[in-house]
Amino acid sequence: MTSLLELSGISKSFDGFQAINNLSLQIGEPELRAVIGPNGAGKTTFMDIITGKTKPDTGTILFGDDNRSLIGMSESDIASLGIGRKFQKPTVFEAQTVRENLAMALKNPRGPFSVLFYRKTKDGAARLDSIAEEINLTDHLQRPAGELSHGQKQWLEIGMLLAQSPRLLLVDEPAAGMTAHEREHTTDILKRAAQTCAVIVVEHDMEFVRRLNCKVTVLHEGSVLAEGSLDHVTKNPTVIDVYLGRTDAGH
Amino acid sequence: MEKRTTFIGRNPSVLYFLVALGLFTALVTVMSEATGAGLISTSFVKTLGKTLCLCLIAIAMDVVWGYCGILSLGHFAFFGIGGYAIGMWLMYARTEIIVADSLAGQVIPPTPQEISDAIGNQIFGVVGSSDFPLLWAFADHLWIQLAMVVLVPGLLALVFGWLAFRSRVTGVYLSILTQAMTLALSLYLFQNDSGLRGNNGLSGLQNIPGFEDSGQDVVSVAFFLASAAALALGYLLFAWITDSKLGNIIEAIRDDEARVRFLGYHVESYKLFVFTITAIVAGIAGALYYPQAGIINPAEIAPIASIYLAVWVAIGGRGRLYGAVIGAALVSLLSSWFTGGGAPNIDLGVYTIQWVDWWLVLLGLTFVLVTLFAPKGIGGLFDKLVRKS
Repeated sequence: MTSLLELSGISKSFDGFQAINNLSLQIGEPELRAVIGPNGAGKTTFMDIITGKTKPDTGTILFGDDNRSLIGMSESDIASLGIGRKFQKPTVFEAQTVRENLAMALKNPRGPFSVLFYRKTKDGAARLDSIAEEINLTDHLQRPAGELSHGQKQWLEIGMLLAQSPRLLLVDEPAAGMTAHEREHTTDILKRAAQTCAVIVVEHDMEFVRRLNCKVTVLHEGSVLAEGSLDHVTKNPTVIDVYLGRTDAGH
Repeated sequence: MEKRTTFIGRNPSVLYFLVALGLFTALVTVMSEATGAGLISTSFVKTLGKTLCLCLIAIAMDVVWGYCGILSLGHFAFFGIGGYAIGMWLMYARTEIIVADSLAGQVIPPTPQEISDAIGNQIFGVVGSSDFPLLWAFADHLWIQLAMVVLVPGLLALVFGWLAFRSRVTGVYLSILTQAMTLALSLYLFQNDSGLRGNNGLSGLQNIPGFEDSGQDVVSVAFFLASAAALALGYLLFAWITDSKLGNIIEAIRDDEARVRFLGYHVESYKLFVFTITAIVAGIAGALYYPQAGIINPAEIAPIASIYLAVWVAIGGRGRLYGAVIGAALVSLLSSWFTGGGAPNIDLGVYTIQWVDWWLVLLGLTFVLVTLFAPKGIGGLFDKLVRKS
């Protein structure tokens, strides 16, 4: 398995607070990876750095077959390379229909003029329909996204990621606020996506991570604390100390 | 809900609007003094023609603000630039004819230099000068000045927008920046050595060179028809843009700009496109407006004008083109009725409400009420009625 994304020696501090501290991490293609860690472990900053929202102080990020450096690239350029991101709070365009939301995400030229003169294609429509089916929203295509339930919005956002035909998916707490039944379907979507591309899931919910049944990276104070199967990391005494001991009480 | 595939099928309001505009235009033309009917005075035809131009800039404002979320307080600057660009030719060409007439009787024919000096003296005498500033280099070429109506607002918007959007200036800060641009332009034009006659502005624009024999009754109808055609074309252009996939993207930018970036779209290019194309349409609207107004001066570009524009669009209803038309037409016509002495003053015994002073209070109150109780404006109420029936 070759690595698709390679972070090495990434550090970032905000006003003296060390959010990411000499973080190194590799993701293969395809691969499903769960990233867990207590609040403030740097999970969101980690995603911000990969997607270009935040510039790291030091370190390198290489992506793709030709090992392109992502540092200094704009958010939109990084997204065009095939890195999709789902936010913790579902962010879909509520005023527009489910179909329009998905159509905007579909992999197509992104320049203003090609978009202005864009005409719907059969391939595009077929792809859109198959994604809608995957995320259980076929019957809701004409509805404004704002009318969807919380779980459906989460699915729509995942669907928008899939429509981008990405090589790497960054998914922040996909199961937040979902019913047990919805979670199960979400797990299926992510597992299926991970058959063709790399998927990184940031999640708090241990039960959900267990169901993903994949390699787990534990972040703590901005660096990797442990890596391996869920059983392996949960047996690690330091992990229990910094993380599991605390959040388990909450569940 | 079945999928509607034709442009009109998806946007029935375009058809209704064009039919209504066509009927209105035909009616006004027939009733004007130009046909001899004289039911509508020439000055009112001009008011209606100007109103159509204001509707045109209002739909431009609706696209940039209502659809793309950029609250520009500078679009009247582009409108004014369009007016100045065409005004320069109108004033030059007309003065040239007058000067040629007055020099025609001389025994020794005047040299071209003497003619040029005489024209310069006529135009710039009020600001104590007789030389043509560089700005007027092409004032005698109608086609170049017409090109400037489009190019100058377009280029200014392109440069200004590029600087502002690339630095990711958004929201209220961008509004302040656009307002500063407008104010700077207006203050510059107020100077006597700006080359555009300072606070005198350009005047006599209602006299169209080459059409001296046609009365104002005919000229006014011609400009009214041209304004209606421009509004129809502008409406079609913007309806097409907002209906396209680009329309989806700019609405998405309005609602969550960061998310659009993560979808791989270069948000700044989209904003720049919308800002520039609406500035160009604003310039064209201005070029049609000022020959009907007869005069343009720097006060027209003052920031308050652009704020009014935002008020029209808000009252009419953002994010729907017909809303902007309704808002601009209603508020600007009411405004000239109230401030032009049309509305009877109300005598309360101890105090007389004079609408010239109180109109702004009424407008301000309306704005507050609309914002609080009908955030989608008059157009929004319209939508509700249509949906019920």
